[in-house]
Amino acid sequence: MSDLSARSVKEVVARGIARRYRNEHIFRALGLTALFAGLGFLAFFFYTLIANGYTALAQTRIRLDVELAAAVIDPEGTRDPAALRAADYQRLARDALNELFPEVTSRADRRSLYALLSQGAGLELQQLVAADPSVIGETRTLWLLADDDVDVLVKGHSPRDVPESDRRIDDAQLAWLTALEEQGRVDLQFNRYFFTRGDSRDPELAGIWGATVGSFFMLLVTLALSFPLGVATAIYLEEFAPRNRWTDLIEVNINNLAAVPSIVFGLLGLALFINAFGLPRSAPLVGGLVLSLMTLPVIIIASRAALTAVPPSIREAALGLGASKMQMVLHHVLPLAMPGMLTGTIIGMARALGESAPLLMIGMVAFIVDVPDSPLAPATALPVQVYLWADSPERAFVERTSAAIVVLLVFLLVMNAAAILLRKRFERRY
Amino acid sequence: MATSTLLIVVVGLALLGYYAGRRRAVGAAVAAAPRSFHSLPGYHGGYVALWCALPALALLALWQVLEPVWLRSAVLNSLPETMRALPEAELGLVYNDVRNLVEGNIIARAPSAELRAAAERYVELRAESRRLAAGAVVVLGIAFLAWSYRRVRPQFRARNRVEKAIEVLLIGASCVAILTTIGIFLSVFVEALRFFQQVSPLDFLFGLSWSPQTAIREDQIGASGAFGAVPLFAGTLLISALAMLVAVPVGLMSAIYLSEYANRRFRGYAKPMLEVLAGIPTVVYGYFAALTVAPLLRGFGERIGLDVASESALGAGLVMGIMIIPFVSSLSDDVITAVPQALRDGSYGLGATRSETIRNVVLPAALPGIVGAVLLAVSRAIGETMIVVMAAGLAANLTANPFEAVTTVTVQIVMLLTGDQEFDSAKTLAAFALGLVLFLVTLGLNVVALHVVRHYREQYE
Repeated sequence: MSDLSARSVKEVVARGIARRYRNEHIFRALGLTALFAGLGFLAFFFYTLIANGYTALAQTRIRLDVELAAAVIDPEGTRDPAALRAADYQRLARDALNELFPEVTSRADRRSLYALLSQGAGLELQQLVAADPSVIGETRTLWLLADDDVDVLVKGHSPRDVPESDRRIDDAQLAWLTALEEQGRVDLQFNRYFFTRGDSRDPELAGIWGATVGSFFMLLVTLALSFPLGVATAIYLEEFAPRNRWTDLIEVNINNLAAVPSIVFGLLGLALFINAFGLPRSAPLVGGLVLSLMTLPVIIIASRAALTAVPPSIREAALGLGASKMQMVLHHVLPLAMPGMLTGTIIGMARALGESAPLLMIGMVAFIVDVPDSPLAPATALPVQVYLWADSPERAFVERTSAAIVVLLVFLLVMNAAAILLRKRFERRY
Repeated sequence: MATSTLLIVVVGLALLGYYAGRRRAVGAAVAAAPRSFHSLPGYHGGYVALWCALPALALLALWQVLEPVWLRSAVLNSLPETMRALPEAELGLVYNDVRNLVEGNIIARAPSAELRAAAERYVELRAESRRLAAGAVVVLGIAFLAWSYRRVRPQFRARNRVEKAIEVLLIGASCVAILTTIGIFLSVFVEALRFFQQVSPLDFLFGLSWSPQTAIREDQIGASGAFGAVPLFAGTLLISALAMLVAVPVGLMSAIYLSEYANRRFRGYAKPMLEVLAGIPTVVYGYFAALTVAPLLRGFGERIGLDVASESALGAGLVMGIMIIPFVSSLSDDVITAVPQALRDGSYGLGATRSETIRNVVLPAALPGIVGAVLLAVSRAIGETMIVVMAAGLAANLTANPFEAVTTVTVQIVMLLTGDQEFDSAKTLAAFALGLVLFLVTLGLNVVALHVVRHYREQYE
């Protein structure tokens, strides 16, 4: 009897083993699948961004022989800079285009022909003349900026072989464009405006430089405020503070502050800095103030960790040689903890750079063309620029949004890489 | 003198004080025996600089606060009798006009002779006040500089004084965090109170209809607007729940695989890569949800005969879940790694397989920590803004169907506060009431979660 039951137990176990191993494999595969789902998304994400965004590096231009007619630019021949600036340069570009298609005569046809050119074409001619007024009267062969609808078509983002009503460009315009292409007058060239200009309603003239400068000013304010404050707080809490209810409260408070939704900081900025203190809306100064309150907990937590990592022996040695407590902290502990603090600060700054929700609250979503020249000038920030462009209906903004995101991600990557390098370079094991 | 110039002057004085104090200490130390000095020369210099700068800066700050008050009363008192008799509110308008006139801004009414006179008086008084302030600040700085300079003596304990000052500075810095919390609470709370004077809190918390657009004319339909926030709460919960449905299984299983199965090398690559997801700005996720995921879902829905809204809760929830994966996985990873090896060894010793050990021993042991991690993730999801602003709907819609568009608390805050706004309307104030709810709910979740996580850590330490 006992023999039999022993055998059956053995059998049951043996039969179960296969099942249990199968479960083991399934469980393990599930874990791996979950991990690859996350990583796969990351890959998909970067693929779409780059695939959508790389075309923003190029911009369609049309080669035209432009006569810089003195009669249009400077009819009085004074060469007065103000008169030169006010002239109708767009007309020069239009005339040059019209010369290629002399058969276009009616007003409506001409207007749709001229729509192939961007408003920026006149701007470029103006800059050319402003740089060197002696070119007036000459005929130059120039690559002039094309309209964003042309650009989208040339890049193949919107198809040519669909009914006219599904296109932003009508049949006549398409025919002219094809003619231009056959003459080799249409080409994709490097889109330098994307990196040098502020926002614009015309996608071909819109750039991220304004937003980049705005973000830079904002980070400057954030760094100047949150780094000293964060380090000072960490030093006090870690080295000087007595353990009592007050410091416990500060500690709990800091941990909670790190998890408060960022939009609530935006509400604080709106109610306090803008409505109560009367600071200007849309200013990087206010954005920087809000972001520094947001990054403060991050820096404090990282700095405290860096201070705890400094071994007590260093402190004891300093005190043993007669240093005061403050000298011990400032001369010995702080320099050793500094790399860790800087790492935390860079990571906090990277988070601040990518943050946009609180900035919407304090009016940084305004449409601002000029590149800001001070922390008080109205500005926007890179992530907010992404938000604004993502909402724009023009097809040409899609690639620009993706490209702006890639630029933003490159900045974040550089900052995080710097943090990792700093950690690797100065990490010490005691 | 402008405030910034005055600041530079004070800093310059302080620097001068530092070098003077230091020199005097060095000179005295050379003359006497250097050992007779209690503090190093630098501390004496620092002491002089502190005494020179701090009182002067305090005076400057006080002046900045009091000047507008004093200017206002002085200018208003100089107005003719008839205007001074105006009620307080109108007097405020007059004063605003005076100031706008001075600043060269456009003002509401044509400037009368009295207004011009008042503006001139304002300019005079302000210049007078600035001169006085500059003089007082500089005199105070020099006086304290001289006084503290005379205190540089061998027996004087300058180091202790300077260190005390630094410590006070450190304490001040650590109070900023507290002040921020108080500031958040007060600023949101005060505005929310003003909202609740117009709309009853009960209607706000339990009302089923949300349409904050108030009409321009009184007699239009829906002139008062409706502020029942239940559809917003429901929408927020729906999207957060969808996000957690994605994030918790994927995040937890990834954490289990990384901490229990993966070898060191693989873990070294995979973990940072997964954490890249946490470093991507939320606006990028929002763009992705709106332009890539939503059309995909819509197309997929069409193919299988489902009507998926282009701003469906599903799209926003999915992408938000992906954003939260690394959050769940890294927190659970820490928690799982903290489970003592002895528990695993005991289970292996009884013949359990790895997955059985994980399911029956490790996970139950780690459960409190994992719950804490999930709670933190929920609070993150509730407060997330950009994804929902870009990918979720704008209209309040009370539904549990993930294929329909719903709106959330954060979306409504953004909608109410961007664009043109008058500051006293119920519409704008409602955003602060929503912000208060958001703040309190996330605060509650965080307090509970942090407490659970901390308690859990102590258990195994």
